[in-house]
Amino acid sequence: MATYQLDINNSKFKVEVTEGTSLLWVLREHLGLTGTKYSCGIGQCGSCMVHIDNQPMRACLLQVDNFAEGQKIKTIEGLSKNGDHPVQKAWIEAQAPQCGYCQSGQIMQAVALLDANPNPTTEEIKTHMNGILCRCGTYLRIIKAIELAAASQSKIEN
Amino acid sequence: MDQTKTIISRRKFIKSSSGVALFIGVSGMLPQLISCRDPKQIEKQLARHPLTAWVKLSEDDLITIYNPAAEMGQGSMTSLPLLFAEEMDADWSKVKVEFSPQESEVYGSPGWAPGSKLMFTVGSRTTNSYYQVMRKAGAQARYVLMSSAAKHWEVPISEITTYKSFIVHKKTDQKISYGDLVPFLEMPETLPDFTEEQLKNPTEFQLVGKDIPRTEIPAKVDGSALFAIDIRLPGMVYGVLERGNLHGSKPTLTNESEILAMEGVLKIIPLDYAIGIVAKTLEQALNAKKSLKINWSQSKASGHNSQEVYATYEKIASQKQSGKVIIEKGDFPKAIKTAAKTYKVDFKNDYVYHAQMEPLNAVVQVAEDGGSAEVWVGSQQGPDTKLGVPKILDIAPENVSVHLQYLGGGFGRRSMNDFVEECAVLAKEMAPLPVKLIWTREDDITYGAFRPLSLQRLIASTDPNGSVTGFSHSVIGDGGNLVASAVANDHYDIPNQFAEWREASNGIRLKHWRAVGHGPNKFAIECMLDEIASDQGLDPLELRRKLMAKAPRALATLEKVAEISNWNTPSVNGRAKGMAFVEHGSLGTGVCEISVDRSTGNIKVHHFWVALDSGVVVQPDNVKAQMEGGIIMGMSSVLKEQITIVDGKVQQSNFHDYNLLRMQDIPESIETAILESTEIPEGVGETATPMVACAIANAFLKLTGKPLRHLPFSPDRVLQALNT
Repeated sequence: MATYQLDINNSKFKVEVTEGTSLLWVLREHLGLTGTKYSCGIGQCGSCMVHIDNQPMRACLLQVDNFAEGQKIKTIEGLSKNGDHPVQKAWIEAQAPQCGYCQSGQIMQAVALLDANPNPTTEEIKTHMNGILCRCGTYLRIIKAIELAAASQSKIEN
Repeated sequence: MDQTKTIISRRKFIKSSSGVALFIGVSGMLPQLISCRDPKQIEKQLARHPLTAWVKLSEDDLITIYNPAAEMGQGSMTSLPLLFAEEMDADWSKVKVEFSPQESEVYGSPGWAPGSKLMFTVGSRTTNSYYQVMRKAGAQARYVLMSSAAKHWEVPISEITTYKSFIVHKKTDQKISYGDLVPFLEMPETLPDFTEEQLKNPTEFQLVGKDIPRTEIPAKVDGSALFAIDIRLPGMVYGVLERGNLHGSKPTLTNESEILAMEGVLKIIPLDYAIGIVAKTLEQALNAKKSLKINWSQSKASGHNSQEVYATYEKIASQKQSGKVIIEKGDFPKAIKTAAKTYKVDFKNDYVYHAQMEPLNAVVQVAEDGGSAEVWVGSQQGPDTKLGVPKILDIAPENVSVHLQYLGGGFGRRSMNDFVEECAVLAKEMAPLPVKLIWTREDDITYGAFRPLSLQRLIASTDPNGSVTGFSHSVIGDGGNLVASAVANDHYDIPNQFAEWREASNGIRLKHWRAVGHGPNKFAIECMLDEIASDQGLDPLELRRKLMAKAPRALATLEKVAEISNWNTPSVNGRAKGMAFVEHGSLGTGVCEISVDRSTGNIKVHHFWVALDSGVVVQPDNVKAQMEGGIIMGMSSVLKEQITIVDGKVQQSNFHDYNLLRMQDIPESIETAILESTEIPEGVGETATPMVACAIANAFLKLTGKPLRHLPFSPDRVLQALNT
């Protein structure tokens, strides 16, 4: 057992766990940040996508030991205070989720895309989002939501 | 049933509320109004009558409507309350939705047996089975409000109207909101039963049929929607099971003391088919699971090889002796004898897995005295709404409270509650500690319950004009209805039909998988029609037009999809269109346009069009979402997914070797045309998925002249088809 201090969603969290525990279990089971989901545990589905220093990463593949040195971890809970991040609003407008289980990962991946590329083409969206699985088949609406979010952001900037 | 115990659980349900709960009595009881601030009154009322609360009104105009169905992405959290609100004339912006308690005698919809009630979110039956239940209850709630206002104002009820949570009396120019009326609510002497004729005519609907956003979506975009896997309780411990990859095998653990000595391990709990471990943390439980040394016994599945078994199935199909006859219409043998031409084709279907994104899991807490339990679960429920837990704990059903959570996908897998029962077994041993049982993805796949492998042998006859005169459909496989459903051709006018099921059992765990037998059987039927059309030089549209001549609703979907897909305009070079008709409650015809990479064997689906008649449509945009999702899940299963078995052992273990369709593989567009109707709503969740295999294969036949007869259409099978 070891104690780690983590910087998550701009708050400090202390957690005592076995060395080598995955960041996913720490977030979900030890800290109660359950918006980040477990689905495959081997980096194949992207349901556990979080941001580490603004880069999208799969929490299931990360060991907590390596992220306790001040790295800024962001989860879906930290994306906005009231669920009103432009991407979240676009997700509601497009009525994208069905069961909803993969959607935190989809949204975190989409936010990272738009941060790096505010006006992606449909092909760029598909390439960037290809790693995040959705069994309900909401992909077309996810594309629509990302395009809506991109359009609303460029409107604000203009 | 022990009445006192039921009262306790129902009282808990309304105790937290303020305002007034409006109870509509069951079996002819008068409805009751109960102030939620007076628990004694509630207890007294509940002791007297079996009551059901559908709605709660408060003075601030907030209306809480209870949803009795599971929410797995299909929209029940909106569609059922919307039906209630429609008849109640509620202001939808003031409506909040919560799950109802799991009490089927109270909240069930009509079950399969006459007079029975069921809380079972399966078979796309939710909207259909609750359509009248919810509307009638909403109308009764409205009547109580109206009669109370009439009494309060001392005017005849016949002069009262309602609109958006207001009661209006035009003559005296009075108006009161539902919330303001709460202190004056009184039960009427009698309550109309509200037959269909007394409810709103679909043409009068204000909410139903409009694009109203789904109520639970905001919680699904900010991470706050709770799935059972998200439940955390004080003192909770974690359970995992090692079940192996040979279904039916029995384990012998050989390193028990080593496992018990591992950090955090609390208990080893052996089951017939698995070794259970409970540990303080999830990571400790998983770590111990990895270290288990187990000897597995042989089982019934031993020796079963999924890719070789088709030879056996072909032999079974050729045996003289019929199987279980499902349909016998006209005289099929005679049709064959007098046919101008006959066709005989085998279709094959490999095992497929549900792959719901949330792996199976549950949380169960058994009370210290063992006399009661609480269950947190994402379940499609079942004939036993307590999900098998009472039997395992040997306690009365009313002492088990089930807290239904959102389902991270169901697709039929969560209508089997083996995972809940497992968790109850562990929780019984660990009482009073709550236990969270998690299946890893590896567990979920290797110990999956699959759509059965099957072979469909179809034989058809045509007359000299090319009309189909006889149609025979033999299904060979395991699982009864799991393989043999959907062999009827009720919308095709074929005078002589025969269908049967021949059993072939291999000891593999099986389960309903979205659309069940429709997937394999519609694949066979619809491809058979196109093979006949192709051979006879007929347009598949023309062939179906003729067959659907006596089924106008089905025919209308065919005509509509031909229109929106521009069926009669040939595709650009290198592409072709294919069509398929499916009835699964609702009626739909789909068309897809594909191209094929002849060097890799990859099929690309460019567009999909669907025309659907599902009766009254409660949420049009949600129906479109179901078509989109159904087609994409269908494409995934048809182009990518395959479970293989070698010597009884499941060969796949996670998403690296069980591939699902990803975003780069989806069509550019999926277009749905919904036909207008005032008929009772029919299910839409399983109509699109079974269209996909046949529409793709039919497009492939048109494009290449070669049939695809074995699911999935993996690149190697496509290349094989191209090279024969």
